[in-house]
Formats: sequence, structure tokens, C-alpha cells
Amino acid sequence: MASLIEIRKLRKQFGAFVAVDDVSFSVDRGEVLGFLGPNGAGKSTTMKMITGFLTPTAGTAVVSGHDIGKEPMKAKEKIGYLPEGAPAYPEMTPQSFLRFVAEVRGLRGADRDRRVDEVVSRVSLESHLYVPIESLSKGYKRRVGLAQAIIHDPEVLVMDEPTDGLDPNQKFHVRNLIQKMAPNKATILSTHILEEVEAVCTRAIIIAAGRIIADGTPDELASRSANHNSVLLRLKRESGTQLREKLEKLPGVKRVEFKEDDAGASLHLFSERGRPILKDVSRLAFDQRVEVDEIREERGKLDEVFRELTHEATVKAGREN
Amino acid sequence: MGKIFVIFKRELGSYFITPLAYVFIIIFLFLSGIFTFNMGSFFARNEADMVSYFRFLPWLYLFLIPAITMRLWSEERKQGTIELLMTLPISLGQAVIGKFLAAWVFTIFTLSLTFPLWITVNYLGDPDNGIIVASYIAAALMAGAFLAIGAFVSAISKNQVISFVVTVVISLLFVLSGTGVVIDFFREWAPDAVVRSISELSFLSNSERMSKGVIDIRNIITYLSMIVCLLIACAITVDMKKAD
Repeated sequence: MASLIEIRKLRKQFGAFVAVDDVSFSVDRGEVLGFLGPNGAGKSTTMKMITGFLTPTAGTAVVSGHDIGKEPMKAKEKIGYLPEGAPAYPEMTPQSFLRFVAEVRGLRGADRDRRVDEVVSRVSLESHLYVPIESLSKGYKRRVGLAQAIIHDPEVLVMDEPTDGLDPNQKFHVRNLIQKMAPNKATILSTHILEEVEAVCTRAIIIAAGRIIADGTPDELASRSANHNSVLLRLKRESGTQLREKLEKLPGVKRVEFKEDDAGASLHLFSERGRPILKDVSRLAFDQRVEVDEIREERGKLDEVFRELTHEATVKAGREN
Repeated sequence: MGKIFVIFKRELGSYFITPLAYVFIIIFLFLSGIFTFNMGSFFARNEADMVSYFRFLPWLYLFLIPAITMRLWSEERKQGTIELLMTLPISLGQAVIGKFLAAWVFTIFTLSLTFPLWITVNYLGDPDNGIIVASYIAAALMAGAFLAIGAFVSAISKNQVISFVVTVVISLLFVLSGTGVVIDFFREWAPDAVVRSISELSFLSNSERMSKGVIDIRNIITYLSMIVCLLIACAITVDMKKAD
């Protein structure tokens, strides 16, 4: 079966500025795609083209088999969209607003009311149903936006920074919600909170200066970090100096960082191409009969990879212009 | 059709949730009274008709209708709700028409609240009610034209004050287009046919004619084609500027 979302060579130009440049990817049912990138990288612009708000300069998006350019109505029916900042009519109450969206989505009468009740309980909005949206807190406003996006139980869910500006509890709640809905949808969400990607996304795309610069599972991306599978060793100062040379010669070890302080020495061993070296290092220490205070294997961190990749891409784009 | 109605319903509802509708209605009726009785010398004329009311209506519309239309699209863009609206499965045309109809029906509703005047005229004398009905229909059509101007202008700017002022100015040109103020400017260089069509668009002369009960099919066509053209322009503008 074809993917629910297929993006083909999408490009958007505002005057001379290229906001999105030749972006292609696809998202299958059950996948949660995290869209990462620094501000102004083209995340929102891409989402606006997928949902039919902006017309691409070139390329297209196909949603549930409907080309957004050729059959915009059919494609829009399949999409639930939470725009950045969750806009809603401020004078309306969540209840009347959700009813309005449900009606635009073709739901009428008892069907409409049932769906509204369902999404309201899903996002726990019951207590604030009859308060004008303008007087709701940020967290509740976001819930209204989410409820609106899922009111027709869409196959495709697109969310632009769904947790931005929420407190940690609210973030947790929204992420839980996304995870619960994910299995029978194709989901795209943009964020610049990297822990969020690790928490909810099955896949991540990093975009910078309008281009995709990395695409993989969060773990795959994290393993690109120089830190990945590196080993941190703490020991007595004299054993540190003794072991240092031997460790530098150990196969698989690329580089050793050596630090000394009053408490002792610490060695940070970076591995060649991210291969595991923990066993070799501990065996060496054991063979040398050196007493080790602490030994720890480091995982790669997504934010390091993010910083390295986006920095490179931005510098490169700057040079091209 | 169903989706136009959904938009229409929401929009009309919004007028009444906020104080806007009530403030508008009260001011409209209050000014209607002043224009009719004080400035239109309703009693001094000693005639059983509503000419003194309808004659001032274009001036009343001039300042009050932009107050309705200034938020029509400006607000939508400012709040960002336009992104929501345009990504829902409705066409641009449906949204433009739904919003316009809501504003129009609201204005017609306000207009209809001047019915005590009609009762008064009937109580005091024996007016030609056919003329009065014709005048009301004409007034409703003219309101539509004013609203269409306002809808178009509000699509251009995010700022409601700008959209109010510009609408007043453009409407004023239409109000005065039959008078020397506007016509003299065109008479210098434009061909006769153009000058005549411009003066034909004048709200003032149209309403003068119609307040006497003359419903000319030409007037109706003028108003309706103005509404259609301006709404098309409005849709194009919304589409062009929605993402700004």
C-alpha cells in the first residue's frame, strides 16, 4: 500500500528566498515523524504546503492518495491540522468552536455531538467547555486546537509545534495523547525540543536552510554523535597517567581526552566510528591491575547531532548565497 | 451550499456573542432617528412617506457599515484563524460568500428594526406602502454594495483601523460619484460613456431614485454586479495575502 503522506520534491520560494528546497519523504500509517530544525529552517512552510494553506512553487504532496494541488478538498478532508499557536476564534466557546469545525467537516446532528463529546473527553476539556476561548490558558487553548484537529478522526495528522509554550505537565499530556492516537494514523509534528522526538517519534527528519539533512530513527540519528559509545573512566591520578598511553594505542579508540583534578583523573575515550569499546577498555584496565573508580559508556545525544548538522548546513547555505 | 451555511451561521453568531451587534444596532437606530426627525424634517414635510429616512441612509451606511466589515478578513488574518479556515475542506469561494452573507443578513436585520418608523407613518397618514417596500429593498441592495466594498478592503489589510478608514474613503467615492466632486474629475479626459457609467454607480443618485419607489432593473443589476465583482476581487486578495 502506498504511504499516507507522500511529499515529492516540494519547493517554496518567496521572491529570491528559497524557504523549502527539494524536500521529499513519505510517512506510513503508524509512523510519527518528528520534523526538526532551527527556527526559519522551513518546517512550518513545509507543513503549510502539505495541508494546502500555501501553494508550492514546485513539487507536490499526496495525502491518502489525493494530490493536494489537484484535489484539495479530498486531501483536506483526510488531514487534521494544528497550525502553530493553535489559532481559534477567540470569542467562541470551545463547544461552539468544535461544533463549527465538525460541521465544516460534514458531521451533523447527533453524529456531530457524539464526536465533539468524544474529542472533548480525549483532550480532557470538559471543565472548560463554556468559557470563551480568549480567556483560556495556553494549555487549554492548545487542547482546543488538538481537539479540532482530530474531530473527524483523520488518517493524517499534522501538528506544528504542538507542545510549544506548555508547562512540563501539559507537554506530557499532549505527548501521551499523540502516542495513543498514533497507531492508526500517519503523524507529522514539528518541534525543536529534542527530548520530545525521543519520547514520541518513530522517525526524525532534520531540516536546515530548507533542505533535509538527516532522516532516520531517533536512535540512528543519535548514534551519529561523536560521543556515541564513548567511554568515561575515572581513576586515581597516577593510574591515569599510567593507563593513558596504553589506551591511546588500543584498537578502536580514536582519541583520548585527559583531565586531572584534586579527586583524580578522568579519561574520555572516543571510539572509532561509534563502535562499542567498553569491553576492551575494561579488560585493559583489569589486565593492568588498575583500580577504577567509575566507568561509564556514553550514548549519543540527539541535540549534539542536531547542532553539528544544522550548523554545517547553515554555514554551507550562507556560503552559497 | 451546506458549507456556506456553516460559515454563515458561525459568522452571524459571532456578531451576537460580542457586544458588536448590540452596539451597532443601537447606534444605527439612534442615528436613523436623528437623521429622519431632526435633519430630514419628518414632521415639517407633512407628507406620509419615508423619504426623509431613506435619503440619509447612504450617509449612515458610509460610517457604520465599515465598522461591520473591518473585521471580516483583517481579524481572521490577525488571529491566524485564516490558516485554520483555509485548511478545512471548504473552498475560498464558500468562505467569502458565507462571510459576506452573514454581514448582509445582519445589516438587513438592523435595517428591518426601523419598522416602528413605518408604523408611525401609517398611523399618522396614508402612505404608499408599495413605495416604502421598494425603498427597503433598494436599501438592502445598497447595503450589500457597501458591504462588498468593505469585505474587499478588509482582505487587503491586517489592520482593522486601516481597513475602516479605507472603506469609508472608497465608499465615499461611490456615494458621491454622481455629483460634481467625482464626475468633474473624469469629465476632463474620460469618454462620455465612462463618465455616464460612473455616475450610474452613484449610491446617492441611486438611492434618491429608489426612495421615490422607482426600482429600475438597471439599479438592481448595478448593485448586484458590483457585489459579485468586489467579492471576486476579495477572494483573489484573500488568496494572495493569506500567508503574509
